Amino acid sequence: MLIFLLRRLIQACFVMIIISVISFAIQGNLGDPIQQMVSVTASQDERNQLRESLGLNDNFINQYWRFAKKAVQGDLGTSFYYKKPVLEVIFQKVPATLELAFCAILLIIFVATPCGVLAAIKPKNPISRLIMIVSSIGLSVPIFIVAIFMVYFFSIEWNVAPSFGRGETTEILGLWESGLFTKDGLSHLLLPSLSLAIALMPIFIRLIRAEMMEVLQSEYIRFAWSKGLSTPRIYFIHALKNTMLPIITVGGIQAGTLVAYTILTETIFQWPGMGFLFMDAVSRVDTPLISAYLIVVGGMFVMTNTLVDLVYGLVNPTVRLASHGI
Amino acid sequence: MNLLSVTNLHVNFHTKAQELAALIDVSFTLNRGERIAIVGESGAGKSVLGFSIVNLIGKPGYIHSGSIRLENDELTKMNLRQLQEVRGKRIAMIFQDPMMTLNPVITIGAQLVETIRSHTKISYKDARNIAIEKLNHVQIASPERRFDQYPHELSGGMRQRVIIAAVLLLNPDIIIADEPTTALDVTIQAEILQLLLAICRDNGVALVLISHDLGVVSKVAERTLVMYAGRIVEEGPTLEIINDPQHPYTQGLLNALPQMTLPGQRLNQIQGSMPSLIERPSGCAFHPRCPYAKEKCKKEQPSFIHSGVSSVACFLVEDMINEFANQDQEVSK
Repeated sequence: MLIFLLRRLIQACFVMIIISVISFAIQGNLGDPIQQMVSVTASQDERNQLRESLGLNDNFINQYWRFAKKAVQGDLGTSFYYKKPVLEVIFQKVPATLELAFCAILLIIFVATPCGVLAAIKPKNPISRLIMIVSSIGLSVPIFIVAIFMVYFFSIEWNVAPSFGRGETTEILGLWESGLFTKDGLSHLLLPSLSLAIALMPIFIRLIRAEMMEVLQSEYIRFAWSKGLSTPRIYFIHALKNTMLPIITVGGIQAGTLVAYTILTETIFQWPGMGFLFMDAVSRVDTPLISAYLIVVGGMFVMTNTLVDLVYGLVNPTVRLASHGI
Repeated sequence: MNLLSVTNLHVNFHTKAQELAALIDVSFTLNRGERIAIVGESGAGKSVLGFSIVNLIGKPGYIHSGSIRLENDELTKMNLRQLQEVRGKRIAMIFQDPMMTLNPVITIGAQLVETIRSHTKISYKDARNIAIEKLNHVQIASPERRFDQYPHELSGGMRQRVIIAAVLLLNPDIIIADEPTTALDVTIQAEILQLLLAICRDNGVALVLISHDLGVVSKVAERTLVMYAGRIVEEGPTLEIINDPQHPYTQGLLNALPQMTLPGQRLNQIQGSMPSLIERPSGCAFHPRCPYAKEKCKKEQPSFIHSGVSSVACFLVEDMINEFANQDQEVSK
């Protein structure tokens, strides 16, 4: 176990170095940040001075080296716009995004699993057919359209849930601003997390269904029937456990997609999270903030996948995490 | 009274294009403690027959008509819940490939205990004790340790032993074993077979052994059914079938045994191959491959007739018997 974690840590370091190089390289190619920082009346001299003082005239290797040295110490640069360390800016927004993603993941797990299982064990049932039709529509309609329709119907027409912002939040230990504990905060979470969940749900429903159907054909399920076990036991213990193995792996990979979709969702719902911040940073050419966002998200992605591998090892006994020996 | 009696069983496979008959008019009986074998080539319907006894034919197969009686209970009329009570408790099954039969993500112990606990109200501890006792019974060393292991930690032979233990848990009346040794190493095959035989004999369990290996059958079964293209074509005491096969198909099967050939010679085989369900020949389904086929064989299905202690469905045998009868009559005149 310890060896496994250590090995994953080394791998993660490599991945992070590559991510940091790429996200740093983007900086030079996103337009001129000076343009955004100074007023229109600033002279060419003033602009050059600023450029020099920010170190934008050095060559790429030097710039990266300077960046990397600081990055290791936890300093990813200073936001051009906020004039604050970028990590501080990002971490202020992390709780909002994590809560949004967390609720969406919960929705996906608790809606997609029963739907997929039902569609697999009763493929001819009208409800299963409906699930499959809706999920294939969901698969082909882009998320922003779904989200906009949701805003239109639920907020504007029927006025069930608010369409923007986080609403009332409470502070936990002075670190985490949470919207999970107030009624207002939860009602604000409803639409964004739902539309984020809808983006990924169809894939999972279809995946669980296909996987479950295959598992149900296997010999060990037939043997379970021949032993006279109860139907729920066969479906939910014998079949579902095997179904979940590949789903867990895909889930880890889809975590990346989820992050990508938070950018869209947060923009539509004006959700003050990392994705929204990132969109702002892009429009302001706040390059340190952009690269820091990429690095943070990359780090989160690496972490989720390590976690997924750990969970996979717990569920699947044929995978040994740390091979004895090496 | 027979323990199990199957009468006029028809099993079909339902496809969009047509209904395909997998079993046609199959009848046989099994007494308490009796061991019978079902033999035939691949595709003869042996496994379908084995699985349809407990109504566990994979889709799109289903029991079209006929009756399967276990003592006083009609299995074909049972709903899923009633069937689940029979399965495992009164009729247990052993499958062909022990590598595929056990659930890979559940421990051996859990798979044994759940079987007991879904049929009888009993504490986990008691169920565990029974499971360990049965593992001991099938000669698994250190069963306490094996109890907590996963299937992938055991060899193929070991797994088949575990499966036999699982089948024994509730002392069933009948064990249906679908080619239980085919997927195993040759050296293990004999051991597993011995074990199975000993268990059935000691506990008075009736056995339905499905096999294509007549060598295996001759060691275990008292009675043998020979199947071809979904029908039983010959039935009788195993010794009789092996020493004096009546049906040309049974003769062909026996001839094809490697023991029947001298070293260096080509192995004998039955010409042609088993017809698929879609293109079943008319009349006696074996006629295209039969060296003695007559015009009549292509048109009509022979009915079962008694020949000595066996029964056989073949016009050749029927004609021979009739001829003898005529001669007898002439002699007596």
